[in-house]
Amino acid sequence: MADKKKKNVPPSAQQYQSFQDKREVKRPIVKNCIKAFFVGGFICFIGQLISTFYIHFFNFTEQTVGNPTIATLIFITMLLTGFGVYDRIGQFSGAGSAVPVTGFGNAVISAAIEHRTEGFVLGVGGNMFKLAGSVILFGVFSAFVVALIKTILIQWGGL
Amino acid sequence: MIFFWAFVVGGLICVIGQIMFDVFKLTPGHTLSILVVAGAILDGLGLYEPLIDFAGAGATVPITSFGNSLVHGAMQEAEKHGIIGVITGMFEVTSSGISAAIIFGMIGALIFKPKG
Repeated sequence: MADKKKKNVPPSAQQYQSFQDKREVKRPIVKNCIKAFFVGGFICFIGQLISTFYIHFFNFTEQTVGNPTIATLIFITMLLTGFGVYDRIGQFSGAGSAVPVTGFGNAVISAAIEHRTEGFVLGVGGNMFKLAGSVILFGVFSAFVVALIKTILIQWGGL
Repeated sequence: MIFFWAFVVGGLICVIGQIMFDVFKLTPGHTLSILVVAGAILDGLGLYEPLIDFAGAGATVPITSFGNSLVHGAMQEAEKHGIIGVITGMFEVTSSGISAAIIFGMIGALIFKPKG
């Protein structure tokens, strides 16, 4: 109990720390990056296929096609998450499947499925944005700050 | 050709995320938050739009585009209504990502049963 109050870690704990560092499995960074590159690139490639489809058949432009593409990708993610495939892709590729918008979809959807046993209001409703909430929070807040600064500069700075 | 650049640019953004995981030992939550903020700042500097023109889905599919389109919607509305538009226009462009996630999340919860 007394150890918790001490700010300095006792020598035995320091020894343990260095022992732990030595034994920690080194992460194969290069290999992981290659995997992330190919899986992430492949997801974006599929996104580009969907985009091209929408541009040719539904009259979207290059700038507006992002919206339906993202919605379609999240729909595909729902199926993959529900059948348990996305978890396996995620284990294999790390950031390759987490960074594209499908990773955001997977975070929301898997939380929703996982917590349905706790009921729809408190379980699904309350936990849906448990993981993805930070993305929305920091996205919205930083966008607010950036847009505010830019607007002020344009309106009063004469940019 | 845009397919090739979509693959390469999308892959490189994922490599940046993987480096944040492995080298800086950040959690996925921290990594994604940083990437979203980076996307918002890049759009504020006017650099994200050319990247979308260049790489197509390679720039719109990674989570960085979420920050980009938030700023975009806010700026569009701000041009019309001034400073108040920053708040009213925030979700103008990026509505599909969040609404699709909510709708399909609910449908998924209705259809699928949790495993394990």
